[in-house]
Amino acid sequence: MKAIVTVGLKTGVLDVQGKAVATALKGLGFDAVRSARVGKVIELDIVGSDAAAAEADVKAMCETLLANTVIESYRVEIKS
Amino acid sequence: MKAAVLVFPGSNCDRDIAVALERVTGRAPAMIWHKETALPAGLDLVVLPGGFSFGDYLRCGAMAARSPIIPAVRDHAARGGRVLGVCNGFQILCETGLLPGALLRNAGLKFICQETPLVVSNANTPFTAAYGGERETVIPIAHADGRYTADENTLNRLEGEGRIVFRYQGEAPNGSMRGIAGIISDDGAVMGMMPHPERACDPSLRRMGGWGVFQSLLDAA
Repeated sequence: MKAIVTVGLKTGVLDVQGKAVATALKGLGFDAVRSARVGKVIELDIVGSDAAAAEADVKAMCETLLANTVIESYRVEIKS
Repeated sequence: MKAAVLVFPGSNCDRDIAVALERVTGRAPAMIWHKETALPAGLDLVVLPGGFSFGDYLRCGAMAARSPIIPAVRDHAARGGRVLGVCNGFQILCETGLLPGALLRNAGLKFICQETPLVVSNANTPFTAAYGGERETVIPIAHADGRYTADENTLNRLEGEGRIVFRYQGEAPNGSMRGIAGIISDDGAVMGMMPHPERACDPSLRRMGGWGVFQSLLDAA
């Protein structure tokens, strides 16, 4: 199974990289860009076939290490 | 004063801290590898040095904060033992939860390395008492991720309780909220700061702005 973890800064936390990306895109003529947020994607290869158990496990990984919940939120997607 | 300096893969200010501690206190600290699970008995101070522990992978300080030695650091702090985190050490302390908030990418996105004028906003702590009436000092910073960030409640509490120990003079070079350069835990045992006091601690360089941090710790031990 694969787990896709998406981690990003919480709404309201200033994302200076996102701001720089949005400014650069606008500078390149992509006028439709209102704002950008930069996050990261972590792909995990997981042993087993129980999707619910894997999801609970990956959420525990997020709380323990993958995300800093003081400033970040995360989303977990399990792909069998 | 009996001190220990933790060493993580990628630490690069561990030796500088050791030199500064020995110069000020007359006693060399123990150097403790992060894979140890116990600290030497009878320690007054544990220092988490600057550097790029674990290559700053995932988040600055994230892996180091889960190292085998960290439970022993928590125990030391819980007993009232002092803990100082400098730069990457401050990031690690925030990641462990021993200090509140987090340190994010500098507002200008650049690595900043410069002499930095600071306000000693609380000289009534075991880390700053030696600054006494001298309310300003100059200590260099050298970081890309030093923008202190916390929610409004946390910031108000830090400010109200006098736990903002160092502030940048004028506009914070890294965009830190409330100009925060260093904070202390609610029990006063743990301090984290982005500026490097060990780099301003040598009379022959005529840079002495950081000496007060080590002198304070010596006086308090």
